[in-house]
Amino acid sequence: MLPTLTYLLLLVPIAAAAGVALAPARLSKWIATAGTLAAFAVSIAFAWLFPGWTDGSMHPSEAGWAVMPSLGITLSLGTDSVGLMLILLTTFLMPLAMIGSFTAVTEREKEYYGWFMLLEAAMVGVFLAKDAIAFYTAYEFTLVPMYFLIAIFGGKDRRPASVKFFLYTFLGSVLTLAGVIYVAASHADAHGGQWTFDLAALANHCATAMDRETQFWIFVLLMAGFAVKVPLFPVHTWLPLAHDQAPTAGSVILAGTLLKLGTYGVYRIALPMAPVGAVELDQFFAILCVIAIINTALICWVQKDAKKLVAYSSVSHLGFCMLGLFALNPIGATGSVMYMINHGLSTGALFLCIGMIYERYHTKDMDQLGGLFKKMPVWSFFMVFFTLASLGLPGLNGFVGEFLCLMGCFIAEPGATGNPGLLGPTWAVFAGLGLVLAAMYLLIMLGKLVWGPLREPHGDGHGHGGGHGGHGDVSAQGGKSGSHGAGHGALPTDLSAREIGILVPLALVCLVIGFYPKPMLESIAPSVRNTLAGYPELVGEYAANGTLLPDRASGGEEMALAGSSTDTTDGPTNTDAEGAAR
Amino acid sequence: MPIEIATPMSTFTTIPPTLASANMAAKLTLIAPEILLFAGAVVVAVLGLARTASIRRAVPMVTAAFLAASLGVTAYVYRSDAVVESNLLLPQLGGFVKALIALIGILLVMIAGPAIDRRLEEAFDSGRASFDPIRTMRGEYFAFFLLSIAGTMLIANANDLIWLFLALELASLPTYVMVAVSRGTRRAQEAAVKYFFLGALSAATFLYGFALLYGATGTLDLVEMKARLAEMSAIPTLAILGGVMAILGIAFKLAAAPMHFYAPDVYEGAGSQTTAFLGFMPKIAGVVALMVLLGVFWTPVADAGGAIAARLPDAILALLWLVSVLTMIIGNVGALLQRNVKRMLAYSSIAQSGYLLIGIITGPGAGYNAVLFYLVGYGVMNTAVFAVLGALERQGEEVETLDDLAGLRVRQPGLAWMLAISAISLIGIPPLIGFFGKLALFAAAIEQGQTALVIVAAVTTAISAFYYLQLVAVPMLGAPTARTDAVHAVPSAWPRIAAVVCGVGILVMPFALEKLVTASGATAAPGATEVADITKSADVTKSAEITRAAQGE
Repeated sequence: MLPTLTYLLLLVPIAAAAGVALAPARLSKWIATAGTLAAFAVSIAFAWLFPGWTDGSMHPSEAGWAVMPSLGITLSLGTDSVGLMLILLTTFLMPLAMIGSFTAVTEREKEYYGWFMLLEAAMVGVFLAKDAIAFYTAYEFTLVPMYFLIAIFGGKDRRPASVKFFLYTFLGSVLTLAGVIYVAASHADAHGGQWTFDLAALANHCATAMDRETQFWIFVLLMAGFAVKVPLFPVHTWLPLAHDQAPTAGSVILAGTLLKLGTYGVYRIALPMAPVGAVELDQFFAILCVIAIINTALICWVQKDAKKLVAYSSVSHLGFCMLGLFALNPIGATGSVMYMINHGLSTGALFLCIGMIYERYHTKDMDQLGGLFKKMPVWSFFMVFFTLASLGLPGLNGFVGEFLCLMGCFIAEPGATGNPGLLGPTWAVFAGLGLVLAAMYLLIMLGKLVWGPLREPHGDGHGHGGGHGGHGDVSAQGGKSGSHGAGHGALPTDLSAREIGILVPLALVCLVIGFYPKPMLESIAPSVRNTLAGYPELVGEYAANGTLLPDRASGGEEMALAGSSTDTTDGPTNTDAEGAAR
Repeated sequence: MPIEIATPMSTFTTIPPTLASANMAAKLTLIAPEILLFAGAVVVAVLGLARTASIRRAVPMVTAAFLAASLGVTAYVYRSDAVVESNLLLPQLGGFVKALIALIGILLVMIAGPAIDRRLEEAFDSGRASFDPIRTMRGEYFAFFLLSIAGTMLIANANDLIWLFLALELASLPTYVMVAVSRGTRRAQEAAVKYFFLGALSAATFLYGFALLYGATGTLDLVEMKARLAEMSAIPTLAILGGVMAILGIAFKLAAAPMHFYAPDVYEGAGSQTTAFLGFMPKIAGVVALMVLLGVFWTPVADAGGAIAARLPDAILALLWLVSVLTMIIGNVGALLQRNVKRMLAYSSIAQSGYLLIGIITGPGAGYNAVLFYLVGYGVMNTAVFAVLGALERQGEEVETLDDLAGLRVRQPGLAWMLAISAISLIGIPPLIGFFGKLALFAAAIEQGQTALVIVAAVTTAISAFYYLQLVAVPMLGAPTARTDAVHAVPSAWPRIAAVVCGVGILVMPFALEKLVTASGATAAPGATEVADITKSADVTKSAEITRAAQGE
């Protein structure tokens, strides 16, 4: 039963995509809604039957369809509790995003809903993959639907935004692929030429049988792809642009799930596969996280565009998430996983809220909009609610993950019993500064948009062709603004029942997780233990020696396969001592 | 038969006459597909001159029929004993290569069929001109088409340098004429002249290389040459020099740096249907020629652990390395600057040669298998793109620039989708076939320790995404302009059918990966074992006998 459900999770959205492609355009949104709801139902059934909530291992354990036995590529599907939570997040957000698009998208509907269905299949595929190539296939394929969604349905700078999105992520992930193939080749070499891309086998091989220098470089290659996707500090510049230009549902999915592919990749692949690299570069990446947190928080402060503000806040928030992972201890990692889910919920909801305003006024500029509480009290309620969730108000979902990430970071000192790490209170204090800034910029946004005197753009938004023109010149029908006006007119001043229906489930989930996170935390814990199994030892060793690499000076470039059989039980030698001996 | 030259000249071979004749029969059996194509070329040339229009119109059909027949013959003869009796370095190579060439050839006929002589035939039909055998080109074009394909196929069977040279020339010479007559503009003629002179230069280069190889080893027979080189304590400088020149000459066929300069001009000048041909046939010819020729140089060397691994002499390895890296960089960076689709594809095909060379460097066995597997995907993707271009025209002229393709989706959604699918596959996005080709290539290369090459390939692949994306973005996302209002589909449906067949192939082939891999894997593998077998034996005569005995079993 379980294996069938995993295949269904992939096939239902693909079938829906085929349905959208074949059926007339007016049915597209209904097929998409039905497809996403069906996928959600399948994922609920899967979660219901899932035996791995407490043991942290992958289920179902069967190896799947052998696609290319000569290279050991199989389509084997299965996941653990963490992956399953992210699957649930994806299938939960998708129907909401689809229903939220009913009035926003009126042209090229087939392509819009069809690409979204394929995107869902790809995202679920990432969380379901037990095989590195299956993972990579799904991971990389998300680029294509997202590229088309941004490039066809985005704002006025959509073309450069979509190209930047595609190229950034693609460059990173080909390097990740090279790293994975390298590990697989070494594995094949050690197992008589029998190739496999099974993630668990590769992780085990890389972490235990490959020499430390190689592991270090493997980690660098793996992170090249994941860091772009997360996105980490210096390579984050594609995200605000993509968010700004993407259609509302695209932003929801981008923030809600697509970014989690990066953090999930780090969690599922990079950390277990190359622990030496992770420990060696831990502080480097932690610095990047802290820079991301503070730097982007300051950028948020000066944003005039509400959507851009939320987009930058994503970078800042993902910095927390990564910092939790790089605490390298169970508390931090648990917090990080919580953060992935909560960020998806609250930021996704914020993008929906801003999208609703954009549909009414065709602007997201906070200088032109303001005091909407007077006109839209229901919308204002949800906006305030999700903003508070996003900034981590205790009692709402955001607080749990944020607190655990910071705590993990705070106690992550080499000597800490149970939760050792290489960071510590100083790091947590700097990151905590980000919390204060987050509260500041988010409340400023609320102050402008929700409170204060009512400000509306002139002409009720129709004069603002700049933001709106995106749709006008997409199709051959340039004179479509008339029908847009009609679509706009159909929306009530405050939220419609459909819109409220989208936001209520999100708000409920935020509340439930905020008040009672215990079951989630308990099921995350075993998975985290597996991922971080070898870390305490390595952390201790690093703290004692200052490095894990036996000899930083030699063979940095040359990663000869012959070296992979080097005995890794050798303790690391002090670089200086060895240098002096020569 | 040039092959006879080798045997009398080699002074110390002891092939019994009976074995030699069995050998001869086996060789003739294996080239049955080529013999059929020769016959086809004659038939087509004659039919093309017929006064009856319907017979002339049937020429592409007949061409395709001969290709299909040679496909069937290939499948038949490569199951027979002739393969093991043929005394080739890579005996199984031909079966796969010939089948692939014939298949892609049929697709190329679909693109070229309606295009060649179209204006002239229209004039004949409307009575504006009376039939004139001097002016019709269809017969010649398809005769040369078949001859070039026959030459390309023959390379896979080459067992001595004369055969290799003649096969390479047979593959090349007809293409010069094909470029010249591919469309009725001066640019085609200019392209043909450029292509011819540079082609002649490259022929001279590799012929000189072959001569040096003969001088160094005293034999033209490749199996014999390999054995003699293995017997020497070190490979003589003369042989290395010969190898270097031969590789540089063959690099011209591949359009690999530094012999790539002609490609953009020739690709641009020739008609799309001929550019499609140039994008695939010379490339596979060059790759197979390199496989056959380099077989001589792969020698087993014991590494530190005592394991015997085949490797190339350092100088040749360094050369191939340099050529591969330069080709990948020049091709991908050059393509970034192009607005003309055909020039862009020319640079892209240069870049693809760089990837192919990674497999050649990786060597017999996994590397060659990966190259052959890669070529399947490349052939289909390349043909798909040119089929789309061949299916369109603008005021009777070819569609060439990206501006012509803007908003293609609105008028020709099917073609726009095919172009997008093949471009995405060329980028290497999974799960399309282009990705698996690259994956197999990268995996083989990393396994053989060529990690640095793979990193270069990975980075240049990311660069390539930039220009391939234009082939997705411009037709799918752009808006039609006044210029593109004049772009129409050509009357014939065949190029469109070819585009759809290729596009569907790109989508469907990933479901048959293992079949494709097994097919391409069976071909080059025997060569790998042979590398070890032959050269371990010190006695040349003995080794030749051992090999033949082994092959006879």
